[in-house]
Amino acid sequence: MISIVQVYGTMLLNALGRTLWMTLLALIFATVIGMIFGLMNVAPNRILNFIGTFYVDAVRGVPLIVLAYFIYFGVPGGIQMLGFQNFRLESLEAGTIALSMNCGAYMAEIIRAGIESVDRGQMEAGRSLGLSYQACMALIVVPQAVRTMIPSIINQFIITLKDTSILSVIGFPELTNVGKTIMGNTFKPMQAWAIIGIMYLIVITILSKIAKQVERRVNRGR
Amino acid sequence: MADREVTYGECKIHVSNLRKSFGKLEVLKDISMDVHEGEVVVLLGPSGSGKSTLLRCLNQLETVTSGTIVIDGHDVTDKHTNINKVRENIGMVFQHFNLFNHLTVMDNMTLAPTHLKLLTKEAAKEEAQKLLRRVGLEDKADAYPSQLSGGQKQRVAIARALEMRPDIMLFDEPTSALDPEMVGEVLAVMKELAREGMTMVVVTHEIGFAREVGSRVIFMEGGYIVEEGTPDEVILHPKEPRTVDFLSKVL
Repeated sequence: MISIVQVYGTMLLNALGRTLWMTLLALIFATVIGMIFGLMNVAPNRILNFIGTFYVDAVRGVPLIVLAYFIYFGVPGGIQMLGFQNFRLESLEAGTIALSMNCGAYMAEIIRAGIESVDRGQMEAGRSLGLSYQACMALIVVPQAVRTMIPSIINQFIITLKDTSILSVIGFPELTNVGKTIMGNTFKPMQAWAIIGIMYLIVITILSKIAKQVERRVNRGR
Repeated sequence: MADREVTYGECKIHVSNLRKSFGKLEVLKDISMDVHEGEVVVLLGPSGSGKSTLLRCLNQLETVTSGTIVIDGHDVTDKHTNINKVRENIGMVFQHFNLFNHLTVMDNMTLAPTHLKLLTKEAAKEEAQKLLRRVGLEDKADAYPSQLSGGQKQRVAIARALEMRPDIMLFDEPTSALDPEMVGEVLAVMKELAREGMTMVVVTHEIGFAREVGSRVIFMEGGYIVEEGTPDEVILHPKEPRTVDFLSKVL
């Protein structure tokens, strides 16, 4: 175990860095996607509701690994057939897109549930003062919804971090992918995967602790 | 903006042939009524009679199925009317207060007028202080709603509505969610408002308030206006058997 750390330490840390980088990118895009589709889902407009629901159901209904294959192999293949022969996606790009779409669908649900948890009377009070629907959402409903959403959002972030391991299948050299390489090189699967597991565990434990702090701080104002 | 200007003299609210259905359930059946400036109209009736729905139709928290509602010359049932603009002049007080829980009392009051650029931040704060003094809560400006009693919350809600300087106030069972000892303080603020000449439409079960403050009482049941008149006529000398029956249960 010590020898693996000595020989592959830098490689492992770099891989962890790429895991965190992809997670961060995916979270940013997923938050934007989640906001768009989540707000569509609660909007008083059937067409927007349909689009929002369709996106969430479609993405949640497909395994992430299939989505990743589809975007990494399927989409460039399709675009090449349309005549763009040189089009290809890097594994980081395809992986980030797949992860963002997947996490975005769950974020949309979290945001929808958060907004719906705010009493209808809050919106009615805002509207009765002459504020528009958008102003009521932005100034009254969303600020209150965020509080209830925070634990679920943090939970979703941790899931997304773990889901990056699935993207090892498209060749992105994140932690799990590098684990496979080390196992192949050293023939020490037990040690290799124990190290990988512990690295995930440490990062996620730290994130959970930070999350608890954030949650506590947000709830203090209540 | 194609606001249809309709003039009804001093008529502030004109409702004609209003119908409202929720799915197959018709809650309001052919309601017509007028409210004139300075009037305090009290809507009485058993639960499910449609009185809250009628009130909520007036500022379009509920859309109507058919009929027209004209407020201050603006047909609010016309979809070309800028309803947000009309609502600026109609204050509404809810049964469950609906204060914005994430904001202080002061921010609750100044949010709408400053966002709508009707008042500067300073002017809005000054106005809010004045109104809080009027409802007896000048020391609560920095409190959050969760730190207030029910009666205090409702008085803040009234002050918040008044901050918009409305010329009509709607009250939807403002004392129904209050502990009995807090009903008086809220009714006192409402009486004061009525005395100052505010045009008010009040849904309530407080028969005493209706008698003392109401200039007109409308008794509703099953989506119809059954009887209307002065408080003395409707409450002391009701003509309709359904009114008699209702009053015998609540008095």
